[in-house]
Amino acid sequence: MRTFPMGGVHPSENKLSCGKAIEVLPLPDVVMIPLAQHIGAPAVAKVAKGDKVLTGQIIAEAGSFMSANIHSPVSGTVTAVDMQPNGQGVRQMMITIQREGDEWAEGIDRSETLVKECTLSAEEIIAKIKDAGIVGMGGATFPTHVKLSVPPGKKADALIINGVECEPYLTSDHRTMLEHGEELVVGVSILMKAIGVDRAFIGIENNKPDAIAHLSKIVKEYHGVEVVPLKVRYPQGGEKQLIAAVTGRQVPPPPALPIDVGAVVCNASTTYAVYQAVQKNKPLIERVVTITGKGVKEPRNLLTRMGAPVQSLIDAAGGLPADAGKVINGGPMMGRAMINLSSPVTKGCSGITIMSGRDAGRREASQCIKCAKCVAACPMGLEPYFLSKMAQKKNWDELEAQMITSCIECGCCQSTCPSYLPLLDWVRLGKQTVMGIIRQRAAAAAPKK
Amino acid sequence: MANKLIVAPAPHVQSSQSTPRIMRDVVIALVPALLVSTVVFGWSVLFVTALSVLSCVGFEYLIQRFMVGGKPTVGNWSAVVTGVLLAFNLPASIPWWIVVMGAFVAIAIAKMTFGGLGKNPFNPALVGRVFLLIAYPVQMTTFPEVEGLDALSGATPLAAVKQGALSAGSLNMQDLLLGNMPGSLGEVAALALLAGFVYLLWRKVITWHIPVTILCTMAIFAFAVAWSRGAEGSAMWQFPLFHILAGGAVLGAVFMATDYSTSPMTVRGSVIFAVGIGLITMCIRLWGSYPEGMSFAVLIMNSTVPLINKYVKPKRFGVN
Repeated sequence: MRTFPMGGVHPSENKLSCGKAIEVLPLPDVVMIPLAQHIGAPAVAKVAKGDKVLTGQIIAEAGSFMSANIHSPVSGTVTAVDMQPNGQGVRQMMITIQREGDEWAEGIDRSETLVKECTLSAEEIIAKIKDAGIVGMGGATFPTHVKLSVPPGKKADALIINGVECEPYLTSDHRTMLEHGEELVVGVSILMKAIGVDRAFIGIENNKPDAIAHLSKIVKEYHGVEVVPLKVRYPQGGEKQLIAAVTGRQVPPPPALPIDVGAVVCNASTTYAVYQAVQKNKPLIERVVTITGKGVKEPRNLLTRMGAPVQSLIDAAGGLPADAGKVINGGPMMGRAMINLSSPVTKGCSGITIMSGRDAGRREASQCIKCAKCVAACPMGLEPYFLSKMAQKKNWDELEAQMITSCIECGCCQSTCPSYLPLLDWVRLGKQTVMGIIRQRAAAAAPKK
Repeated sequence: MANKLIVAPAPHVQSSQSTPRIMRDVVIALVPALLVSTVVFGWSVLFVTALSVLSCVGFEYLIQRFMVGGKPTVGNWSAVVTGVLLAFNLPASIPWWIVVMGAFVAIAIAKMTFGGLGKNPFNPALVGRVFLLIAYPVQMTTFPEVEGLDALSGATPLAAVKQGALSAGSLNMQDLLLGNMPGSLGEVAALALLAGFVYLLWRKVITWHIPVTILCTMAIFAFAVAWSRGAEGSAMWQFPLFHILAGGAVLGAVFMATDYSTSPMTVRGSVIFAVGIGLITMCIRLWGSYPEGMSFAVLIMNSTVPLINKYVKPKRFGVN
């Protein structure tokens, strides 16, 4: 069974909601839409207070090439375009819409009919994906049209669909692959056409045998598409790890990108969204969100309109458990702890994980015993104990020489540390600082205008 | 709101292992050998071990409490491990005050001077043992006799072979495996130590790399020596087998060389480290003035660990 070449951990999978079919969350009465819910420039609002909007109507346009359009997830009236606290309590520009019914914009095909045929050219496909505001839905929220626009001089030779879902607890990709497999595979063929490749691999960890079997059956009708079962190991869903697991090729350290080894990776839910955008003209206004956790009464997979308050999902799952200590946007390995539960679901929110106070609290750290477990766990071949120490000493040159910028912040090191050291906290600090130094150096070296 | 939420950066899961759990696992892994040793040498084994553990824990507590300051560290069980390992390196008949002295050298000099757990460059138990071996050579090499092995008359198999009193082939391998031979407390029962090794692997406390590499290096080296001496037939495999089963080879390879802070951080570094230990041990055993070289070999290779850590880096992802 294939997997990535080095490091990795196997945390308890806790896929509590994997057997729960996708259900539709009742439409929220008020939605809040952040203008920055993707990597790159924030979108620019095209509506003002008092405007009437329809479901699927564009309300904010991409601020640059590296940005994404945003559409209204409901129909109603814009009540505010102002700064509102996000899940972490940081104020961000958001569009607030009071819902009135659910009236859709024209041209969106809401039927369930499967449309296999796609006669569009690569450029037209990418334009449609850009119009629909699609970004990576696995959490990284990288604008998909940017990923698909292969830079001149580079050539893609394989499309890899990320159906790994290696984060514990989360099951939204799993359910999407099971319940929208046909559409997803059409999405794969569309993406293949967009980047001009004749091979595609759908990587799925073998803790989802039903999804592997289901998609394997479907892809038989499609030329060049293959399902690749992978050994369960975190962080296999990391882009570089997945490429290595599937093709055996390792993306060189930054600034190299996956395209440098001929690979384009796209998340499974994103691929389904691509199908909807290209074949059904449906912009990215809803997504499947897993609401889960050991104390959660009813873990579920909810088809949620963007902008719905996280609290409404928690209520739909039986409310916040009495012992809840941490609410995480995402999974427990890479998700972000929330303080503001009235903040909205965004394009990159694949799940909400609720942990008890007992599980969530950080235990007291003791001294490093040099057990080398962090070195063995690092999927990038780094030495987290050493990077952490050098970051504390502010030795930025040494950190750069030890390739700290390769760190993917997967958290394997910290989660495996028997002394509970905050390794990744320090490594992140070091990485950000070193990246800043590299940028400054590049700016200083660039010819002055 | 009623619930106060905890906010911290990812990851939000922590290891189910902990330093005290790891150290307790090492102690558990040493129990089978302790039991065999008690059967072979009698109750004095338990006395020496208990005294060594108490002394180590006591010295660490006192030094931390009155000299270093900070939070108590004895709760991490590492002093207990040092205590048991030190006892395992002593003869059962050792006078009690030598045990206390060894514990002092191990904890006060080899461990706490450097900043305690994780910072000591040399294996504390081995520093204690080597100090005692040099300071009290007579007491340290006088071993109680074992019933049924009169031929050895209190000498360890390695010493007997070295002095030419015995040939390696004349020893019963079963005695070596089951601990029916004179020697230090914990080194006599290869099979019990190997059971501890399996336990440590199962609990993911150590990996196989260092112990297996050391024992393989020793076996291959011994095989080459036997072959160059013109050995034939069963002597070809008896000589290597003797060397990995006799003396402190298994104890050193599984429990001493794998000490976290005194072994390299990478797999490649660990292999270099382990090959070095295997080679030095065999050279001392065959051509040195001591019958056993495991302790010296581990300490010598301990001194190379900072260098190995500096130059032997893990294979980086995406770099050829």
